[in-house]
Amino acid sequence: MNRRPFDPRLLRRVPATRRQFAALGLLGVAAAFVVIAQATTLAALLAGAAGGRLDRAALAGFVAAVAARAGVVWGQGVVAARAAATVKAALRGELLGAVGRRGPEWVAGQRAGEIATLAGRGLDALDAYFTGYLPQLVLGVTVPVAVLARMVLADWSSALIVAVTLPLIPVFGALLGWHTEAATKRQWRRLSMLGGHFLDMVSGLPTLRAFGRERAQVGAVRRMADEHRLATMRTLRIAFLSGMVLELVATLSVALVAVPIGLRLLEGGVSLQTALLVLLLAPEAYLPLRAAGARFHASMEGLTALDAALSLSTVEAPERADALPGAVREIRLESVTVEYDRTVALRDVSLTIRAGERVAIIGPSGAGKSTLLGLLLGFVQPTAGRVLVDGVDLATLDLDAWRARLAWVPQRAHLFAASLADNIRLGAPTASDDAVRAAVKAAALDDVVEALPDGLDTPLGERGHGLSSGQRQRVALARAFVRDAPILLLDEPTARLDGGSEAAVLDATRRLVAGRTALMVAHRPALLAEADRVIRVTDGHVVSLEAAAA
Amino acid sequence: MTSVLRLARPYLSQLIGAGLLAAGTEAAGVALMATATWLLMTAAGQPPISALTVAIVSVRALAIGRGVLRYTERLTGHDAVLRILTEVRARVFATLAARRSPSVETRSGDALSRVVSDVDAVQDLLLRVLVPGAAAAAVGVLAVGGAALISPAAATALAVGLLVAGIGLPAAATALTRRTAERVAPLRGMLANDAVDLTHGAADLAAYGATGAALDAARRRAGELAGLERRLATAGWAVDAAGVLVSGATAGAVAAIALRAGVDGVLVGVLAVGTLAAVETCLALVAAARQLTELRAPLARVSALLEAPSPSPATSTVDIASITVRYRPGGPPALDGVRVDLPPGRRLGVVGPSGAGKSTLLATLAEWGGSPREVGGLLAEAYVFHASVRENLLLGRPDATDDDLTAACAAAGLLDWVREQPDGWDTVVGEDGAQLSGGQRQRLALARAVLLDPAVLLLDEPTEGLDPAAADQVLAGVLGAARGLAGSGPRSAATRPDGAGLPGLSASEASATSTARGAVVLVTHRLRGLEGMDEVMVLDAGRVVARGTHAELVEAPGWYRDQWLAQEAAERGYLITRP
Repeated sequence: MNRRPFDPRLLRRVPATRRQFAALGLLGVAAAFVVIAQATTLAALLAGAAGGRLDRAALAGFVAAVAARAGVVWGQGVVAARAAATVKAALRGELLGAVGRRGPEWVAGQRAGEIATLAGRGLDALDAYFTGYLPQLVLGVTVPVAVLARMVLADWSSALIVAVTLPLIPVFGALLGWHTEAATKRQWRRLSMLGGHFLDMVSGLPTLRAFGRERAQVGAVRRMADEHRLATMRTLRIAFLSGMVLELVATLSVALVAVPIGLRLLEGGVSLQTALLVLLLAPEAYLPLRAAGARFHASMEGLTALDAALSLSTVEAPERADALPGAVREIRLESVTVEYDRTVALRDVSLTIRAGERVAIIGPSGAGKSTLLGLLLGFVQPTAGRVLVDGVDLATLDLDAWRARLAWVPQRAHLFAASLADNIRLGAPTASDDAVRAAVKAAALDDVVEALPDGLDTPLGERGHGLSSGQRQRVALARAFVRDAPILLLDEPTARLDGGSEAAVLDATRRLVAGRTALMVAHRPALLAEADRVIRVTDGHVVSLEAAAA
Repeated sequence: MTSVLRLARPYLSQLIGAGLLAAGTEAAGVALMATATWLLMTAAGQPPISALTVAIVSVRALAIGRGVLRYTERLTGHDAVLRILTEVRARVFATLAARRSPSVETRSGDALSRVVSDVDAVQDLLLRVLVPGAAAAAVGVLAVGGAALISPAAATALAVGLLVAGIGLPAAATALTRRTAERVAPLRGMLANDAVDLTHGAADLAAYGATGAALDAARRRAGELAGLERRLATAGWAVDAAGVLVSGATAGAVAAIALRAGVDGVLVGVLAVGTLAAVETCLALVAAARQLTELRAPLARVSALLEAPSPSPATSTVDIASITVRYRPGGPPALDGVRVDLPPGRRLGVVGPSGAGKSTLLATLAEWGGSPREVGGLLAEAYVFHASVRENLLLGRPDATDDDLTAACAAAGLLDWVREQPDGWDTVVGEDGAQLSGGQRQRLALARAVLLDPAVLLLDEPTEGLDPAAADQVLAGVLGAARGLAGSGPRSAATRPDGAGLPGLSASEASATSTARGAVVLVTHRLRGLEGMDEVMVLDAGRVVARGTHAELVEAPGWYRDQWLAQEAAERGYLITRP
């Protein structure tokens, strides 16, 4: 984590913002001149008024300076907001793109929710940073310099007071900000935790109800929210303390400037116009730094999100350019071992699958059957050994081109927030309506489609709300039918199906696997009749069995 | 919005306190600049120093007071608002929890964005709209009042400027940004769904080569959102610029008018500088109005959620002798006159084609039982929480001992796996059990149901995702556990809260027994294992089409025999292939 107010990686990773940052700098310089002009003309106007005289030139100058200041404010706001929008859109794309580059294994589990939160609300926190903090930071450099320069010319002793107190703001700001940052980081974690906790609770609501625990979890949600409040208040007590110190430094300095110069006015040692100029300029010197300090807390959340997004999305996918010339003739596993953090999923597995062969995989749950499919999909990389497709190492193959030859029916298919038809078209976006309808029929999904309010156009919810697991399974099958790929990877396609629909799906699967290469994880015996041979996976080892149907 | 503010009522005094402190802070700021100006302009007339003492003390006091007031105000306000937020979060969840079935619109991504983002809108409403709004109004009134004491004409000019800054510009900001702002929230919701699809559906997308298209769609959506935000900024910051213009113009006008009205030069200076500070304060209302516009949609959603009447549940005739369930009044019955007899220890199998009403029957029985500890177990769509194995198991019985956990996991065949884990019972299983294999996940859900130890154990497809050998073993273990626990539990004489008796009674023999320990209702599509059932019921389209023991049903022609023969043939074929 960096504590810097500006992350230089931004310029490199989102080059489109460079011009916007340059414009912000120029506007900051313009703002400094306008501030001086406004104070100078107002001081002249009031000095005239003290003599009972309306200085029309000063009034016109003042109004012009104010108008110029309005223009600068407008420009800064627009440029900063545009930069924020540009950065957010770019980082959202990069972050979600990184999920694709890193592969599904990386994103499995808790990380999915964290990234989803980060890509949404997490990055929106950057608005506060860009439109609130950053422009003030620029002004915090240009305005005090200009104000001090003008004050030295007008009254050097007042300039000295401002020059001495001004550094207190960044010094105190840094000291207190340092504490704030640690506290904010804790809060961000808690916020993510609360988000993850809530998503988990909502997803599991039917189960909570089934166990009569939904009311008890209301208490847990309340407890989490209350913990969140206590954590936030701990942060805020420090963060607001810094706000108070900064405000005190600024207001006290005004008093420190005003009182001595007032006393010198008594002695006639300084002109009223100069005294007024100094009084009007003094608060302007502190204002941008104070505003930046006040917004530091709000923008830290954005900076933390920015850091997370930039770090998570850096990964470069290894270059995979090898293409396969024609139809696949053979898939071979050469002494493949796959190790996860805690377990070994496959141990020294060698296996050859020839084109057109239909191979059933049996074995106890957790034995490594799904890992075998994951290897062929390129989700899982061998810890040792190689997967060869017609002699080419899968690790060097262009994955998209390779996967275009595959259709996969997972155990728990994800249903996307799109229509049922579009969900079925997942692997073949250009498939015709007729092709979709044929797949619906083939996957024994037609009764489900009829029961849905808008048939194939019914939007499906995230994680398959609205469809039972058996129906979801058949949607996954329909996807495979529409995909029409030469190689099929079926992870227990008839799980979660009733005898009646199982028969229908088996029929369909029979048609689907005809003339194709198929690797079928089978818990149920019914599928085995379709296999040319059966392999058994036990504790990571693979044993070939004799031909099934023979 | 009113339902949100209703939740704020208990914290009203704290909120009002924060508002007063905020007004004090702003007033101190205005007074500081005005007094300092008076000090200088008076000093220029070279009066005796005693004429300035009060002003000098005031300037110093105001300078210190402002910081202290600000700190107190912010802490008070935030604490009150965060307490209200806790209330809102809990209420939103309670409302979602009270809903029977999550509709398509309440997807978890949406719900997440709702609670994390929409609920934060409540915080912004109170802290950035109501409190500064109240403070600005108070300062405005004070400033005009003070100016009127010096010059009514100048006070009128100040009032006009304050009205433009505090009402005209906020109204303009609202009008300019409202339409765009209303479009931001749904876009953000859609983007959140895209993010969930791209992360939770990453494997499906990758396998089907659809990652690129989904990513393009999400990027397009992010770009669209960025475009909206840019438009919002161009219009919005123009209003801010106008605010700067208004403050300067008002100060100039007040100075000119006061001079023309013959006001003393010193007081003209006080008026002009005070005007700049006062208008500045009222300009905070522009930001508040912009906030309010953006908050409108999320606040409306939060309110809708808080006020939503719970949707009417499926109408079911709760008579265990004859269960009829309709999901819509007048619609086709999901269950039609199904009779269930469950004396203690009775094992009932329920089979039938998908959509026959098996899961509906279990859900109805569970609801009828009143409490999961009476009638409950493994229902459809069992979810595994992102928590430890222990916490997942304890869901049904928070007071269970480690021995109970061990027994339940042994029955479900999960014990060996738990013992292999370095963290044992404290192994965290990932979101929806993502760190588990499909089989382990199923076993965990099953062990949880066994541990629940209800009077009537419901099992919806308990061996789904397990291979035949494991399925036989697990089913035998779970049924054995249910029998072993029968009568041994401390709650042997459980009754429904309303005293209506237990479902463990045949309706015709309601007085025959008062306990129902060890009854099991098993829904399955795998017919093996049903041999040990006391009764098997075949459902089709919500009706019982056949019932009897496994042996009786296999003898009679019909769906059950066809299925049995088909499954047996397949299973034998499987057995032949074994080495």
